[in-house]
Amino acid sequence: MPAQASIPLKLKELSNKRDLLAGGHRMCAGCIAPTAVRQILLAAEHPVVATNATGCLEVSTSIYPYSSWRIPWMHSAFENSAATAAGIEAMYDSLKQQGKIPADKRIDFIALGGDGGTYDIGLQALSGALERGHRFLYVCYDNGAYMNTGIQRSSSTPRGAHTTTTPAGKVIPGKQQFRKDLTKIVAAHNIPYLAQASPNNWRDLMQKTRKALNCGGPAFLNVMAPCHRGWRCKIDIGIELARDSVSTCFWPLYEIENGILKLNGETKQLADLKKKADAGDEAAKTKYGQKKKPLTGWLKQQGRFAHLFKPANEYVLNELVGRVENDWNNLVEKDGKLF
Amino acid sequence: MWERLYIASGNRLPIIMTTVNRALSAPINIHCDHSDAMGARDAGWIQLYSENAQEAYDNLIQAVRIAEHRDVRLPVMVCMDGFIISHSIERMEMLDDMPVRNFIGPFKANYPLLDINNPVTYGPIDLQDYYIEHKRQQAEAMKLAGPVILEIGKEFGETFGRSYGFFEGYMLDDAELVIVGLGSSTGTVRSVVDELRAKGIAAGLLKLRTFRPFPAHEIAAAIGGAKAVAVLDRSDSFGAYGGPLFSEVRSALFGKNDAPPVVDYIYGLGGRDFGIADVHGIFDDLQDIVQNGAPEDEVQYITVRE
Repeated sequence: MPAQASIPLKLKELSNKRDLLAGGHRMCAGCIAPTAVRQILLAAEHPVVATNATGCLEVSTSIYPYSSWRIPWMHSAFENSAATAAGIEAMYDSLKQQGKIPADKRIDFIALGGDGGTYDIGLQALSGALERGHRFLYVCYDNGAYMNTGIQRSSSTPRGAHTTTTPAGKVIPGKQQFRKDLTKIVAAHNIPYLAQASPNNWRDLMQKTRKALNCGGPAFLNVMAPCHRGWRCKIDIGIELARDSVSTCFWPLYEIENGILKLNGETKQLADLKKKADAGDEAAKTKYGQKKKPLTGWLKQQGRFAHLFKPANEYVLNELVGRVENDWNNLVEKDGKLF
Repeated sequence: MWERLYIASGNRLPIIMTTVNRALSAPINIHCDHSDAMGARDAGWIQLYSENAQEAYDNLIQAVRIAEHRDVRLPVMVCMDGFIISHSIERMEMLDDMPVRNFIGPFKANYPLLDINNPVTYGPIDLQDYYIEHKRQQAEAMKLAGPVILEIGKEFGETFGRSYGFFEGYMLDDAELVIVGLGSSTGTVRSVVDELRAKGIAAGLLKLRTFRPFPAHEIAAAIGGAKAVAVLDRSDSFGAYGGPLFSEVRSALFGKNDAPPVVDYIYGLGGRDFGIADVHGIFDDLQDIVQNGAPEDEVQYITVRE
């Protein structure tokens, strides 16, 4: 349970709502992206129009003449999900001004994209739309590589991960660079609301969706979305890996609302324990050690990191663990403060 | 933004784009030639070319009607020469807003994206089982655009006094020596035609307005009786046999009885001046072709130091 439930979400009410992403789509069994999308659409309180960057979600849900979308949906290109949403929002404003859409009718706009379409290819469109102040929510489902085209590295791929373009072998031990911190790049746009979320904590994700859609301006959600094809893990542990991405502090849950950074959910609990432990509270220290799971355990479940556990690659493992720990320490310091 | 052009036409979006024709890098150059629009000639956009600011203005108004026509639903590029038209001061007549509004009429979306009660999926993935049918429909829409362009060009003339067709012939009916071109340089050709006509030389001009859809049959009918034809290309299609306009014009005449020889002049790249003397040189060549037959080298580069 998150520390504060700012907007009530009742399971009973949600269970009466229709899923807006219909079943029968061609996403892989065990993929977490559609789980996240269904939660997000379920959380929306007003009609939604969505755009989608090229990627798994797009090609698997819109195979002509079928569509899984029970909402108006548009795909244009890989790089312009945000620009497309911005254009649709501008059209909505114009039609409202012209009186062609009733003044009391509200439509919300959600742009969807994977990490390839967001961190890399669509970054310019995203940045432009955020800066122009369109009222829309950009959702990045982050699985850490170009999974749709065959697991090529993206700027979201973690250091050391094996992908088909950073193959771990005799020449290199997986990806040589650290991942980009897109959430913080988005934060630098000073938009009213942005957050990191993970679908294992559905309540947190859905509350964040509501906050984002109600913030009156551009909003951003970076959502953890494990991919068993690319992560080389068991097919049925996607939600567990999402959960442990949070409990290892690889993927902390936090939001930045009007410039103030706030840790959420389990991340908040871990941060509070850490602060007490750092202040010398022995009980807190023990509890923190139990609650915060070691990153190596999370990495071990993923074949893309298997080579890091060979002695020769220990330095890469140490670099990765060190960077995650360092980022976590920095984030804890910022809790409750102006980002 | 190359694939965006194909996405606009493939999604059948009636977008109007004023294309201020400029050279493409490298080397970087921002002055006039047609490399940009000609490179996009297969992108599924209707292309209207303009000789001057008035035509660019008139084409833009008509483009809205053409693009939104039920039989068409395709994007339109209204092309005008960079700097030569876009940055020059010239006299033109502006129309009043209301008559133009009335001419264009209201836009009616067929399947509006914002109709939340009837959700539609735009831009789906279209695989082996449907893609070619959609492309075939796009080709048909381009074909149907021809009569629509003519109908709207005529209506524009009846309403505002300036009619438009696929092309404009100048002294063309009895012309023996014909230059085919598009854009601002056709004004220069026209003035040379006047000079030559004063000397009794049967020179003529075909100024093309509609490059896509390409009016092949109409062009063949209009210039098939000439004795020699020169095409002006303000862009190159590297490695092809001549510039884009040359390929189309020659193809339109191919197989016609007594088709005239057609030669190509690639000129004015990157905004290089193209003047009266250059046009005289082309007509001199055409006279030579009439007497001595087409040269071995049918594609030439002019206005260039080499």
